[in-house]
Amino acid sequence: MIGLALKMLFGDTAKYLMLVAGLFFATFLIVQQASVFCGLMRWTTATLKNVAAPIFVVEERVEQVNETNPMRDTDVALIRSVSAVRWAMPLYSGIQRVRLDDGSFKTIQLIGIDAASFAGAPGKLVAGHLEDLRLPNTVVIDELATERLSPDPKDPSKKIKIGDRFEINDVEARVVGICKAMRSFTGGPYIWTTYERALQYSPPQRKMLSAVIAAPIQGMTNEEAAAVIERTTGLRAYVNRDFGKNGRDFNTSTIWWYVKNTGIPISFGTTVVIGFIVGVAIACQTFYAFVLDNLKHLGALKAMGMSNFRLSVMLIFQALTVGLIGFGLGLLATSGFAMGALKNGQPPFFMPWQIPVAAFCVIQIICMIAALMGIVRLSLYEPAMVFRA
Amino acid sequence: MPDPVPSSRIVVDVRAVEKNFGEGANRIHVLKQVHLQARTGEILMLVGPSGCGKTTLLSAIAGTLKIESGEINVFGNQLEKMSGGALTRFRAKNIGFIFQQFNLIPTLTVAENVGVPLLIQGVSSGKALKRSREILERVGLGERWKERPNKLSGGQQQRVAIARALVHEPPLVICDEPTAALDAQNGEIVLDLFRQVARSPDRAVIIVTHDNRIFTYADRIARMDDGEIVEVREQDQNHTPHFEHEHAL
Repeated sequence: MIGLALKMLFGDTAKYLMLVAGLFFATFLIVQQASVFCGLMRWTTATLKNVAAPIFVVEERVEQVNETNPMRDTDVALIRSVSAVRWAMPLYSGIQRVRLDDGSFKTIQLIGIDAASFAGAPGKLVAGHLEDLRLPNTVVIDELATERLSPDPKDPSKKIKIGDRFEINDVEARVVGICKAMRSFTGGPYIWTTYERALQYSPPQRKMLSAVIAAPIQGMTNEEAAAVIERTTGLRAYVNRDFGKNGRDFNTSTIWWYVKNTGIPISFGTTVVIGFIVGVAIACQTFYAFVLDNLKHLGALKAMGMSNFRLSVMLIFQALTVGLIGFGLGLLATSGFAMGALKNGQPPFFMPWQIPVAAFCVIQIICMIAALMGIVRLSLYEPAMVFRA
Repeated sequence: MPDPVPSSRIVVDVRAVEKNFGEGANRIHVLKQVHLQARTGEILMLVGPSGCGKTTLLSAIAGTLKIESGEINVFGNQLEKMSGGALTRFRAKNIGFIFQQFNLIPTLTVAENVGVPLLIQGVSSGKALKRSREILERVGLGERWKERPNKLSGGQQQRVAIARALVHEPPLVICDEPTAALDAQNGEIVLDLFRQVARSPDRAVIIVTHDNRIFTYADRIARMDDGEIVEVREQDQNHTPHFEHEHAL
């Protein structure tokens, strides 16, 4: 009967394509928008990925990594004094402006790290030497900066390279290294320099320390050490893992802050809901029309002795088949979009396995609703009706 | 033309059947104390004007319509006492259907259409296809088993429908206006064929029609009017069935 169901489905080419198209668009909208949302949320934690320290100690009211309530410089020593801490280093993190040769300005995310230990330095340099940061007026930039800070971003030959110079707030900066880094939420490139020099690049304030990065002593977990730091210093200590991994995690705290305090989830959520509605509307309407068109044939099958159960199984199988095909094509199109996004570096795109699994379930639910409508219509159809031409 | 097959036993026994449609003032009494019997080896025609209850009675005999009162006994099974599932299984095994509009599934090939009753009974698609091709040979469409029904003429489609009704060798074949959608020439071809292949000593055939051109193909004719059987007439056993072109309605 499965073969019969498939032949009936594929035989009605127009409706079959309409069904697949509806489910394709629904899948694409749901998966693509959810992935862009996740990518955007991931960008909000870019500093935590680019500054790979196990513990971030911040001012007690800080809830997310892009919010910098400055601390006193003496807080570094205070944290170092905690018995659970193996090492603790100062960190500057702030948005600054770079002036280009043509006089235009670009926003950057400036990171200042300890010059002695380089704790918080970029993980992977693709050119130059990290040690050169100890030279005067030097910076390490990420790959995005080589284009963004270039006088002509479209011309690869004019990309910023080792030895090039620009100004950060009218103070000279010379490039001594290029690294890989995750893009920031603001879209600006990351630039690393020493903590002391970062303070020179930034407009002076009474307190300049953004955070203290630290590591626990041997035999103590990050969480335990963070708890001890909080208890001892009264500052806020977060661990740096990944979203949802830990209640004390700075990534999780940051993402939830954006979910609760911005309209981003509503915007993306609306599109995901629209995707669901598009899927339901097209799939249900088309599948119902498909059942109506085939009602006299299905009624004939019923009269000839096919049970309601078997007919229902046929309809469910047909609906699930178009669901699977529509979902597959939608996921394929999303993958195409993802390849483009990852190649260009934007828009943000991150697709954890939960998104396609959830989308698959949603699409199959849409198909089950469509099948259910058909089943209800068919169950109301008396087999005797088939004799009434 | 083969001789009429001697009738043997009563296989369909309809007793005092009543059926109404609608409620209150709109209630229509469609079947009124209907008594009818069909025997193996015969072609029984239910005839009468449109709206007299022929199709309703046929539906009730086929087990696709519940009756209000009375009894319908088919091959010893009292239909009104059977559960829905049992009735469905009973239809699948014992009844072959031929519909007025053929009701062939357009997306299936001719052979696949013919094999549907076998698939319903759980026969594998391979066996069903083999058996379908055999019976298509018998109705003269062996060469066209791969084609879609819409490529065939009305007469050929009805021959496919006949093949579908007989493929699982049911002891009862029910036909609803088999010539209504056919012109005179095709109607004659189909009826000749039908008499050859459907008529069997072990099978009862009931045809509902108001097409008086085909009455000569019947062994017995039950005439209905206003929900009642008003006459049951035996045909002359020596008559030659033919299509009454001159009396076509």
